[in-house]
Amino acid sequence: MHQNGHLRIDSSRLPGHRLDVGEDAPLRLDCGIDFAPFTIAYQTYGKLNADRSNAILVCHALTGDQFLLESPLAPDRPGWWHQIAGPGKPLDTDRYFLICVNVLGGCMGTTGPREMDPRTGKPYGLGYPVITIADMVRAQARVVDHLGIDQLFCVIGGSMGGMQTLEWAASYPERVFAAVPIATTARHSAQNIAFHESGRQAIMADPDWCGGDYLNQDRHPHRGLAVARMVAHVTYLSEPSLHRKFGRRLQDRATVTYGFEADFQVESYLRHQGSTFVDRFDANSYLYITRAMDYFDLAAEHGGVLANAFRGTPTRFCLVSFTSDWLYPTAESRTVVQALNAVAARVSFVEIETDGGHDAFLLDEPELKATLNGFLDGCAAARGLAETPR
Amino acid sequence: MTDDTRPSAPTPTGAPIRADLQLVADMVTPESRVLDVGCGDGSLLDYLVHAKQVDGRGMEISQAGVNACVRQGLSVIQGDADTDLVNYPDGAFDFVILSQTLQATRDPKGVLVELCRIGRRAIVSIPNFGYWRVRAQLLFGGRMPVTDCLPLPWHATDSIHLCTIHDFVTLCAELGLAVERSLILDHVGRPRRFDPGGRAANLLGEQAVFLLRNG
Repeated sequence: MHQNGHLRIDSSRLPGHRLDVGEDAPLRLDCGIDFAPFTIAYQTYGKLNADRSNAILVCHALTGDQFLLESPLAPDRPGWWHQIAGPGKPLDTDRYFLICVNVLGGCMGTTGPREMDPRTGKPYGLGYPVITIADMVRAQARVVDHLGIDQLFCVIGGSMGGMQTLEWAASYPERVFAAVPIATTARHSAQNIAFHESGRQAIMADPDWCGGDYLNQDRHPHRGLAVARMVAHVTYLSEPSLHRKFGRRLQDRATVTYGFEADFQVESYLRHQGSTFVDRFDANSYLYITRAMDYFDLAAEHGGVLANAFRGTPTRFCLVSFTSDWLYPTAESRTVVQALNAVAARVSFVEIETDGGHDAFLLDEPELKATLNGFLDGCAAARGLAETPR
Repeated sequence: MTDDTRPSAPTPTGAPIRADLQLVADMVTPESRVLDVGCGDGSLLDYLVHAKQVDGRGMEISQAGVNACVRQGLSVIQGDADTDLVNYPDGAFDFVILSQTLQATRDPKGVLVELCRIGRRAIVSIPNFGYWRVRAQLLFGGRMPVTDCLPLPWHATDSIHLCTIHDFVTLCAELGLAVERSLILDHVGRPRRFDPGGRAANLLGEQAVFLLRNG
């Protein structure tokens, strides 16, 4: 019998900060609903300077959270971006004030489908509104306002975090001094949507999903969620790296068993990815957040022409893509670069050679760190941010 | 970018740039908007940004070059002069620079037209295939020339569209591009007072720098 792990944990017991949005100031969502009351959970690192000019907003990805440096649910593991954020790292906590907000629709403290709906006294489930990337960004803007910051020094994120970064730059150009969208796209392709739909169907086909009402019925669609995670995880890796790590090697056995156990190491690896995921992520959140990514189409928000999203922008951009990322290939970043060139925006674009696949932005990639260091140092000098001795 | 390794002048920031690049830089007005096409390792762009406070951008075909530039804090994208200039709007820059790169493009005519569309002015520097040493090596030695300005052997060079100063000036006239200024450089990179359309320039100039404009 699967225990629901952290899903039973009161999210207010997680570390970090909370901003309550009351009914006097609802958030107008793209779907038309005025959403309130709700809570936004966020974490910060480093110190905001007197000018409030050194703030960097980090946008997390689909299954990420606001804990860049630590894992509250797994204290023995570092946070998801410990390679990039921390003292002396490119997102230097000795120099910058980092903010990371749990996205709307998430399950790590920000009100999402697993939180209680005040109208019913029960978890929202599928009663939660269908949110978009733009809605996530609006919620983040409430936090930035609350912190008294007029202009963010930088907005940065990978994958879905990169989508949020692009949306920030398009919606609030005067509030974003520099934008770093990494391994991302300006719109989900048919293939992207297809993979996400496969994952959603796996969750919804699990009899324990109960039409989204599983928390109310004390059930947990852990099998469907695990399969969704396995499929998605394959898209985050490159074939060369899978081959290098696992190949056709067998798991603790000399021959195949002529059955359906995890004969191959790669099968065992994927099963492990699935089973650890279900302990830390809510199935309905997975539906809502993948939906938001599928709906994302920055050009469509601007008359079908991507360049219109960035016309007149003062923001400095640095786009990064990875050679072996086949989920959001380099061509997607190049499309954004061309749109930025069309409006003569200030843009850098780097494609990094790696076999780490889409997930490379989470890994130890020296070229990524060197790029970020160079770009951020240049921006800091332009903005007059004092240097911190490294 | 050439493999020219001749001595160069030190810059206010301390890092020396090649003598011909210094002459290119001297044509750029301070605080203007500049695009350096084929910016290589970013040394010219870096000089312009620091010594002349330009709003500078770069395009470079080699990813390693791009990454090196971005690491230095320069706004540089990976791109090909033959195909990627079309994305920029008209008159987006005060100066567009193409130094020692025209001979490596597949469509030099198209590139020149694009340069003068996206830039109010274009600064183009070329090696002169009419330089007397080049003519001598071919005429007397019967060999493809190898000089300081054209240092790579015929099988290793990227230069697929070499021309003489005379050829270049003729092409500009054909395209309706006005030559506002020209510098004819001798073998130590010194500008000489030659009429760019004359015989002396075509024979004695090892390379040349042109400031161009539409019409």
